[in-house]
Amino acid sequence: MSVLIFTLIILAGSYFAGLIGSLTGLGGGFVIIPLLTLLLHVDIHYAIGASLVSVIATSSGSAAAYVREGITNMRIGMFLEIATTAGAMTGAILAAYIPTNFIAILLGVILIFSAIMSLRKKVEHVLQQKSEWAEKLKLNGSYPGPDGTVNYSVTHVGGGFAMMLFAGILSGLLGVGSGALKVLAMDSIMRIPFKVSTTTSNFMIGVTAAASAVVYFQRGYIDPGISMPVVIGVLIGALSGSKILVKTQSSGWLRWVFAVVVLFLAGQMIYNGILGRI
Amino acid sequence: MAHKVSFKDKDMQVVIGWVLRLGVIVSMCIVFIGGMIFLWRHGREVADHHTFTGIPEFIRTAGGIFHGIITIRGRAIIQFGIALLIATPILRVIFATIGFALEKDRLYVFISLLVLAIIFASMIGGHAG
Repeated sequence: MSVLIFTLIILAGSYFAGLIGSLTGLGGGFVIIPLLTLLLHVDIHYAIGASLVSVIATSSGSAAAYVREGITNMRIGMFLEIATTAGAMTGAILAAYIPTNFIAILLGVILIFSAIMSLRKKVEHVLQQKSEWAEKLKLNGSYPGPDGTVNYSVTHVGGGFAMMLFAGILSGLLGVGSGALKVLAMDSIMRIPFKVSTTTSNFMIGVTAAASAVVYFQRGYIDPGISMPVVIGVLIGALSGSKILVKTQSSGWLRWVFAVVVLFLAGQMIYNGILGRI
Repeated sequence: MAHKVSFKDKDMQVVIGWVLRLGVIVSMCIVFIGGMIFLWRHGREVADHHTFTGIPEFIRTAGGIFHGIITIRGRAIIQFGIALLIATPILRVIFATIGFALEKDRLYVFISLLVLAIIFASMIGGHAG
């Protein structure tokens, strides 16, 4: 296979990865790593490096739009970034010592978990009771709702912080944004309104990925020949995905189709991981 | 007072929005240009990424990348664009630190500096490993 054909295949695949990642809310990384490793037999270290770079591009691109709408809570984001960046650093350093087939199996498991999370019904809840730590850390905030400003409170700060540490480790180890875990920490544990959780999670993903990307970059895991088509493809794919989302209401059957695709990829990662082929 | 603080938060959001947007646009343009040069020079060669051997020697160091950019080597230019992209969210944290300092929010200046310190430690740690 010539370099040109190889690049074009990755570009096309990354476009669909970005598109599916954006439509399901899972992020492009989850689809691009199985695609590179299973279909093109790229070494998983290169795949993770390229995925991290694409995660930074899509997260920063969409965070730029969200942050201006004033929904993102920058204090919650910054505070929890202590946990995610520390975790990401740990994960990236661990990645060199953990067997690649174990990384593949873990990716499959997290992929299944994230797919199930994305199908979950989203219930908007606004907490009013005050927690001491949230007050001290100035985490309580407000966002512009349809009927004026909505004020909300935050609870279980310690639990959320611990969950973020875990999300950071997985992000650094697997090269994904682990947005589902971040939303779980903020939405289910800290009881932050869903809108704020998702936009703030997205805001944090870029910094988290950057903290581990610096390690991958220096280790030579970020190959320009692979990263170039991946980052361009995923970003354009994610952009088209967000355009489609604006035009059409999130249709139930489309989500299910993607969930099945994602489950299939996850199964393949686990199967090949167990057989030691990755 | 409360009104004044929220006004400054709004300012910070606009600035950070621009930092992120510009960072992504500029770095992606550089990656694209580098990619075109790389394909033009190496497009017909045989691709081999089956085994992990690390990236080519000439883009392993900052000096090597810089030399590669001057001599118009595609992969060095791509690598520079990617480095810029990785720097974008870090730059966002730096801008937020300045923003919190302008708001005189000492606690969050400290928290932001802590995040920067962790990323810096990650850079050092990555080099050692």
